[in-house]
Amino acid sequence: MKYIDEYRDGRLAMDIARQIVATADLVRSYHFMEFCGGHTHAISRYGLEDLLPPNVRMIHGPGCPVCVLPIGRIDAAIALAMRPEVTLCTYGDLMRVPGSDGSNLLKAKAAGADIRMVYSTLDALRIAEAEPNRDVVFFAIGFETTTPPTALALKAAIAKGLGNFSIFCNHVLTPAAIQNILESPDVRKLGTIKIDGFIGPAHVSTVIGTEPYEFFAEEFQKPVVVAGFEPLDVIQAILMLVRQVNDGRHEVENQYIRAVTVFGNEKAQAEVANFFELRESFEWRGLGEVPYGALRLRPQYATYDAEKRFSMVTPAAKDNPACECGAILRGARNPADCKLFGTVCTPDTPMGSCMVSSEGACAAHWTYGRLREKARQADAGRAVA
Amino acid sequence: MCLAIPVQVKEVLPDDMAKVTLGGVSKIISTALVDDVKVGGYVVLHVGYALAKIDPEEAERTLALIREAAIGDAA
Repeated sequence: MKYIDEYRDGRLAMDIARQIVATADLVRSYHFMEFCGGHTHAISRYGLEDLLPPNVRMIHGPGCPVCVLPIGRIDAAIALAMRPEVTLCTYGDLMRVPGSDGSNLLKAKAAGADIRMVYSTLDALRIAEAEPNRDVVFFAIGFETTTPPTALALKAAIAKGLGNFSIFCNHVLTPAAIQNILESPDVRKLGTIKIDGFIGPAHVSTVIGTEPYEFFAEEFQKPVVVAGFEPLDVIQAILMLVRQVNDGRHEVENQYIRAVTVFGNEKAQAEVANFFELRESFEWRGLGEVPYGALRLRPQYATYDAEKRFSMVTPAAKDNPACECGAILRGARNPADCKLFGTVCTPDTPMGSCMVSSEGACAAHWTYGRLREKARQADAGRAVA
Repeated sequence: MCLAIPVQVKEVLPDDMAKVTLGGVSKIISTALVDDVKVGGYVVLHVGYALAKIDPEEAERTLALIREAAIGDAA
């Protein structure tokens, strides 16, 4: 398919990998974090790590909104969905995210809650229009990519006078999280992570542009390359990062020029600004409280804000203490280091957030990485024999 | 979660909507977030909304840069 297949040419990827080997300085090591779960998935799926020299390593970051949603917000959504007058609409990604005591939205649905999986906010609006006697709540989640569609749904609900539609807002922001990874006190607790540069998310950047990373690259002196999600995009971005490190540069570069501009989609930004404002603080699963890391509805839209309309409370809830998601989300540990990984925690029975979404580091490692590990061990065994 | 896909616009519909196809599958999407959507053009589709247009010239330039990077250059 156009704009997909041509960026999946395996031979070209191998050639670029050879250039990375030739360019990377043998006496130094390079640690790059791909912030976005979409990149984590692409790196695992296409085995890109196998193409890199040992001194160039990828660290999987926290960029999956499903993974970073805290248990308390899931519990609050389930409690809301259990109210007889409420229909809760949400994206499929959220259905299996574990709440407290092994609960999740799928189980709540099986127990009788009216929970509908939707593809788009347009579907949630249609439900609200078709069923005026139901209180239809859209359980909104996602980074800057998914926020404009929520804003437009709210705009349409107001225009149509849909008094039975509201939003449970859990939208989070990328630049705040990247900053938090580098400067939060937890980093010291979880171990210092060496990060020499970042691969910036492509689709988030179609909305926010490359400009928001400029402050970050300057302040922390780390290069950022915004890259697409196909394997050639990612591997080209790694080569661009290696070159920046070699040159001592810390600039924002744009690999995804086919859809990302410096200032992004200003129309989408304006819609978001009309309806949302910053939360002073929001809990991210595994990262703790992130200052200015999320959005809420502006006070003038309180009647459309499910948290206010239903006086929702977010209960304090803790992750399984053996779960290493906190350290894994920060790149301080690998999925295989967690003792729950592959034993009680699998994609069918996720314990922690990194296993829930296919874009989570643990799920990606489960689907692709662990088999590669096995093959490598088998090869080593044959070599010894 | 935040992944989006390139799709081709087949028909521009009223009220900022469009019909698109991806690998032969048709879908009606919202184009309210992007201006000047044209039949035959490509947009980045996410949860039922076009988020950006794909610039064919820049897409070609990226491929040229990738090919250049693959053979190595002095940069």
